[in-house]
Amino acid sequence: MNAFPWLTVLTALPVAGALVVLGVGSRNKALARWLALGFSFLALALTLLLWCRFDSASGVLQFQQQIPWIAALGVEYHVGIDGLGLLMLLLTCIVVPIGMLASWQIQERVGLYFSLMLLLQTCLFGTFTALNFFHWFIFWELSLIPAFFLIKLWGGPRSTAAATQFLVYTMVGSIALLLAFLAIFLATGKFDFIDLAQLAQSGHLMPAVIAKLGWHRFSPHHVALIIFAGAFLGFAVKVPLVPFHTWLPSAYTEAPTGTTILLTGAMSKMGLYGFLRILLPIFGAQMQAVLTPLLWLAVATVVLSAYAALAQKDLKRIFAYSSINHLGYCLLGIFAVVKFTGGDAALTAEKYAAMNGVFLQIFNHALTAATLFWFVAMLEKRTGGLRGLNDFGGLRKVIPVFTGLMGIALFSSLGLPGLNGFVGEFLIFKGSFPLVTWATSLSVLGLLVTAIFILGILQRVFSGPLNETWATLPDLTTVERLSLAPAIALMFVIGLYPQLVLGFVNNTVIQLVQQLKF
Amino acid sequence: MLAWTIYISFLGALLLLLLPKGNAAAARVLALLAAVVAFAITLTYFLEHRSGEMLTVTDASWVPSLGIRYHLAADGISIVLLLLTGIIAVTGILFSWNIEHRAKEFFAFYLLLIGAVYGVFLSYDLFLLFVFYEIVIIPKYFLIAIWGSTRREYGAMKLVLYSFIGSAMVLIGLIAAYVVAGAKSMALGDLAGFPFPAHFQIWAFPLVFVGFAILAGLWPFHTWAPTGHVAAPTAASMLLAGVVMKLGAYGCLRVAMTLFPLGLAPWGFHILGLGSWRDVFALLAVIGIVYGALVALVQKDFKFVIGYSSVSHMGFILLGLMTLNQIGLSGAVVQMFSHGILAGLLFAVVGRMVYDRTHTRDLATLGPMNLNKAIPFAAVTFVVAGMASMGLPGFSGFVAELMIVIGVWRAFPIVTIFVGFGLVAGVAYIWRAMQKAFFAEVGHEAIPPHPPMPPISIPERLGAVLLIAASVVVGIYPQLLLNVIVPALNSPLFAGLHQGGWR
Amino acid sequence: MNATNYAQLFQFALPEVIVVVTALIALAVDLLFLRASSTRLRFTIAAILGSLGCAGAILRLLHSPEQASLLNGMLLANPLTHLVQIALLAVAISTLLISAGSTFTEHIGEFVLLILIATAGMMFLVGSQDLLVIFISLELLSLSLYILTAFDKSSAQSSEAALKYFLFGGMSAAFLLFGFSLLYGFSNSTSLPRIADAIHAAYASNPHLNPLLAIAIVTTVIGFGFKVAAFPFHFWAPDVYQGAPAPSAAFIASGSKVASFFIFFQVMVVGFAGAEGSARWLHFVPGWVAVLAIVAALSMVLGNLVAIVQSHVRRLLAYSAIAHAGYMLLALVAHTQQSLAALLYYVVTYALATLGAFGVVAIVEQRTGGDRLSDFDGLSRLSPVLSACMFIFLLSLAGIPPLAGFFGKFYLFVSVLDSGPGLLWLIVLAIAMSAVSLYYYLQVLKRIYVANPAAEVANASAQAATIRTPFLSQAGIILLAAGIVILGCAPHLLLEWIHAAIRASGI
Repeated sequence: MNAFPWLTVLTALPVAGALVVLGVGSRNKALARWLALGFSFLALALTLLLWCRFDSASGVLQFQQQIPWIAALGVEYHVGIDGLGLLMLLLTCIVVPIGMLASWQIQERVGLYFSLMLLLQTCLFGTFTALNFFHWFIFWELSLIPAFFLIKLWGGPRSTAAATQFLVYTMVGSIALLLAFLAIFLATGKFDFIDLAQLAQSGHLMPAVIAKLGWHRFSPHHVALIIFAGAFLGFAVKVPLVPFHTWLPSAYTEAPTGTTILLTGAMSKMGLYGFLRILLPIFGAQMQAVLTPLLWLAVATVVLSAYAALAQKDLKRIFAYSSINHLGYCLLGIFAVVKFTGGDAALTAEKYAAMNGVFLQIFNHALTAATLFWFVAMLEKRTGGLRGLNDFGGLRKVIPVFTGLMGIALFSSLGLPGLNGFVGEFLIFKGSFPLVTWATSLSVLGLLVTAIFILGILQRVFSGPLNETWATLPDLTTVERLSLAPAIALMFVIGLYPQLVLGFVNNTVIQLVQQLKF
Repeated sequence: MLAWTIYISFLGALLLLLLPKGNAAAARVLALLAAVVAFAITLTYFLEHRSGEMLTVTDASWVPSLGIRYHLAADGISIVLLLLTGIIAVTGILFSWNIEHRAKEFFAFYLLLIGAVYGVFLSYDLFLLFVFYEIVIIPKYFLIAIWGSTRREYGAMKLVLYSFIGSAMVLIGLIAAYVVAGAKSMALGDLAGFPFPAHFQIWAFPLVFVGFAILAGLWPFHTWAPTGHVAAPTAASMLLAGVVMKLGAYGCLRVAMTLFPLGLAPWGFHILGLGSWRDVFALLAVIGIVYGALVALVQKDFKFVIGYSSVSHMGFILLGLMTLNQIGLSGAVVQMFSHGILAGLLFAVVGRMVYDRTHTRDLATLGPMNLNKAIPFAAVTFVVAGMASMGLPGFSGFVAELMIVIGVWRAFPIVTIFVGFGLVAGVAYIWRAMQKAFFAEVGHEAIPPHPPMPPISIPERLGAVLLIAASVVVGIYPQLLLNVIVPALNSPLFAGLHQGGWR
Repeated sequence: MNATNYAQLFQFALPEVIVVVTALIALAVDLLFLRASSTRLRFTIAAILGSLGCAGAILRLLHSPEQASLLNGMLLANPLTHLVQIALLAVAISTLLISAGSTFTEHIGEFVLLILIATAGMMFLVGSQDLLVIFISLELLSLSLYILTAFDKSSAQSSEAALKYFLFGGMSAAFLLFGFSLLYGFSNSTSLPRIADAIHAAYASNPHLNPLLAIAIVTTVIGFGFKVAAFPFHFWAPDVYQGAPAPSAAFIASGSKVASFFIFFQVMVVGFAGAEGSARWLHFVPGWVAVLAIVAALSMVLGNLVAIVQSHVRRLLAYSAIAHAGYMLLALVAHTQQSLAALLYYVVTYALATLGAFGVVAIVEQRTGGDRLSDFDGLSRLSPVLSACMFIFLLSLAGIPPLAGFFGKFYLFVSVLDSGPGLLWLIVLAIAMSAVSLYYYLQVLKRIYVANPAAEVANASAQAATIRTPFLSQAGIILLAAGIVILGCAPHLLLEWIHAAIRASGI
């Protein structure tokens, strides 16, 4: 317990960087950019170090630190990571440098921009390591502020509206979440996720809530569901799940692309992390009770967002909807795991598979979506901001390398075997199909539509007759190729050797699924 | 030692009056010196006495025939508020660094006010407390009437009359309590320990409570607050919202509730669903929260937004007091501190950083000035202060409001819904003000301010940083304050509240 | 009845004698040696002489025997009367100091003489428990005050005020005399304790209020009501305060108030003992307490409300004086030992504050020629010291701690409530009204501190940055202000003295 506080140091590192960058930013733009990138790589290095020291064989929390904090509220400073946390840290560390590189052309108030990015990184780290609701919520909420300003100040023409919509949606979700946890706190006096999960598994949580709060007009079942609904809303908005998603396309589109990368790559994972770390262990029983509607939501998310992507003309909007679609698979997997199986060993194995798939898909989506938006950023840089589906044509002749590499990323997103996207989706479908057959079958429709719109992009942008406007478009520079290379390589690596990720999450998955005893 | 906070402030005021005319710089430095020394004393005391129990500072006979003593004492609640006063006093002077018009008198009144505020928080004898409480009123009037802006004489007079009516109500209650107890003592402990008859408490409690709560901005007696805040010069707004409103809340807790705990007990019958004064005041507090937030949402004047936000936030304090459970009460005290710091900061941004440079507070006029580019420091400060004030986690406001909401949920579950609504509205009005004032859409026709605005000065930066730091420290480690507040709330002084329904 | 021992009488009345002799000396010095000198110098010397005389009287009082009674209580000396007499002498000294710089009259010797004679009258007044002596000394006092009011012969207002004062005063004297004669008829005695005995006897035979006694009570209250300017007998006060020369007004507002209230208390409490009745809320019982409670309530309400609309500082002070008379009457309503102490403390501190305020008004008038509120514009820029003193006086009148006025109010209210919870309604009314009073006091202070000086004054101030204030006046005003602050911060200095005196006098 008294080991070196790795996680605290990791969390504090970007903030320190943000301050340095802010101080330098007003005088030297280039230095600010490099410093910011340096700090993000430092964080990456630190996370890789953690990965090395991480004991993959154990599914329990590691690098724990637990300090009493606010006695009156029973709040402790409690951090720690298991496979899930490590996965989240890793993907954050990958996404943030990509976001920075994609923002290299920003000229206005560079210092502030990059320090906000670093601040956002801290919030993400904090969210992914916190095990006590109190400071988890601090980071959860605090992350809105840098995101809001990144969208608003550097975004497109309608950025104010988009940023405000983003803020209002997530804020409403957060307040619902806060109220749900206050109710639980009132009943149990605890804010610690781990303690609460244990209470929930032993079946003492909801009775305690009902006993303390005493809403006699509602049945215990309903009280539990109301509290669950509050918490659910908070995460569902963040992921997002379909009826709560309307903030996302405009926010992703209006944000500067570097920020979009952070939003989709890392911030949307905050919601999924919440589902896995909080909802599943604490509200498993409630999720099971309303499984059918939840599955409908997941299916709707997958299918409708795919169709919506199909209808878009703006590359960023397409990828925004595609993000929703991909995260929908994760939710499908998560909900499938809750399905009551009566302890059937075969089905438990399927649950492991689905859950592994979910973890992998989280990582893959972060990588792929970030890369895709990065390509969009590079395209925008060349065209002066144009990114419409119909503005281009035949680009493969002009910029073959660009086309090739972006093609790989697109196929990864489509789920081509051999690339990373395939493994995750395959595992999810494999695991979910026996558990919730109808929902999984319907979701396949989403895969199909995804294929259509991705191929549509390839068709309209890169092949066909050349749009003469772009005859002189420069191809990727060496620096760009070099910086893209690791990302593309990682897609292949995971596609061919998924064990790289599954290795350290597997035990966590097993533990997570085993905890789901109803 | 702690008593010197009072003496130093008064002495500073006196010295300022003796300064030769027209030397504004010397006046500022002297005032700052006095404030810093007083702040240092409170801070030292705070760091030394972490236990929070009531410690006598000075005790001397004053008017022997009436049993009135010059008795100063501090417990955890007082020390928190003393600390707040110290911080606000120092930063208020920093934010008044540009006062040139009759600077000497300005700082003299300022220090007089500060000294009296210290006095209130330190008084153990209720007569003494009342003396200091009334001394506060007069400098307030002159600070606003002489150095204020919009409708300053009206605002100042309204403020003073409200305060004075409030203190008149308190005086009636105190005299009655003194006579009924008949013990020839005005010591808080003696009176709190006296078992006043229930029928007496049932009218004395609301009288004294409302008397104090007027100064705390209890709806519907809050109307002095927005006009007063708006009329006041920056430092005075900071003091008003920062500490003077806390005087009211402090009085409610320290005097009304400890002396007349049975006043909170149920009446035994219901009118409109209200069964006790506790219900009544809780209802008023909630109305204040929601009303303040909604009205703040539609203001055109930047400072009015902050003025009404104070009403809303003070509603939280009063509601916290009415929860009568430990978490709600300690939350209320933390909120006193938190709101003091944050309201001070917000007023500093609006009054000093923006108004003194642009000479307008009209949100529609401020928008085209593109202030986030012209004075980015002000924009950043306002964003931080606004976030903290809307209860963003990590700042003091969140902890305080969280504790109050938990307390309220325990005491009045239904009310939580309205409080939640108030919180949302709180986010909305801060957000709206921020958008309109600093980040309005300007396009290309941004009007460069003419003449160009002077940059944010060093004292302003210092003050802003000090206040933000205070809020963050408390937000990150509220235990710092709770360590002294909780023992104080559990002291015998508040034991009587158990009869009033403290669970 | 013993043969009167003149030596004893002389020794007894030595303080009054000193005052009167001083008055004559001052007159003589002024007329014989200083005719050719400037008004200011003459006033200064006369004021110093008068003050020395009063100081001598104070010394004598401090060393005179503790208890004495002459002529069956016609003349009385005990620590309490000494205390009040000392207070009166102090008021006289202050008045003289304030008037030192005045220029309103050529007849300086006469002015000082009249002040001192009036003082002697007041001293006799408080040192008596006999209706006859009370009436005579009251007339001595009143006549001096009538003349003092009319002293500014160049001013029509002054004469008008004096005439009004004289007419109202005469009428009140008539009422008082009527009441006294009824009392004499009722009890066959002019001595207050005897009268009380008779009233007790009457009550013993008939538990209802004797109609004769009722009329006596009403007429006495009317008579004294005029003296203390309580509503509805206050009509003379605004005009006199407005029209009289400032030092005279100050003296009327302070000294006469102290003496009248003390003797009012004596007459009612000692003389009408047994006929109190009650003023408890919803439990009114006919008697002088009930009458006084109503008068007090009306005075407080009307005095304060009417003061709000005044545009002249002197009239404002006049209406505030009516309100203060209301507060002080509460002490009579309570009529306990404690409330007497409270009354004395209140009336003394009130006298100091009013004196000071009039002193400042006098100086401002010399500069601007008027006492309109606008004449005070920006005073703080021209004369910070005077402004600070005015600040203290007015806030003390408003009852803001830590000034003496606040403690006076506090103690008064405590003592009244202590006498019975039924009087709470009066306390609530009084406190509410004192909240109102802050408004108009602040109106004056606003002019002084907030408003900017009128343009021509600001220009003129280039050569004379501050108002030239006669040294003695300024010293007097500063002393008064200091006294108020000290008595406010350390009320026990005076309070313990009052308590000791009351205890020693056994009232």
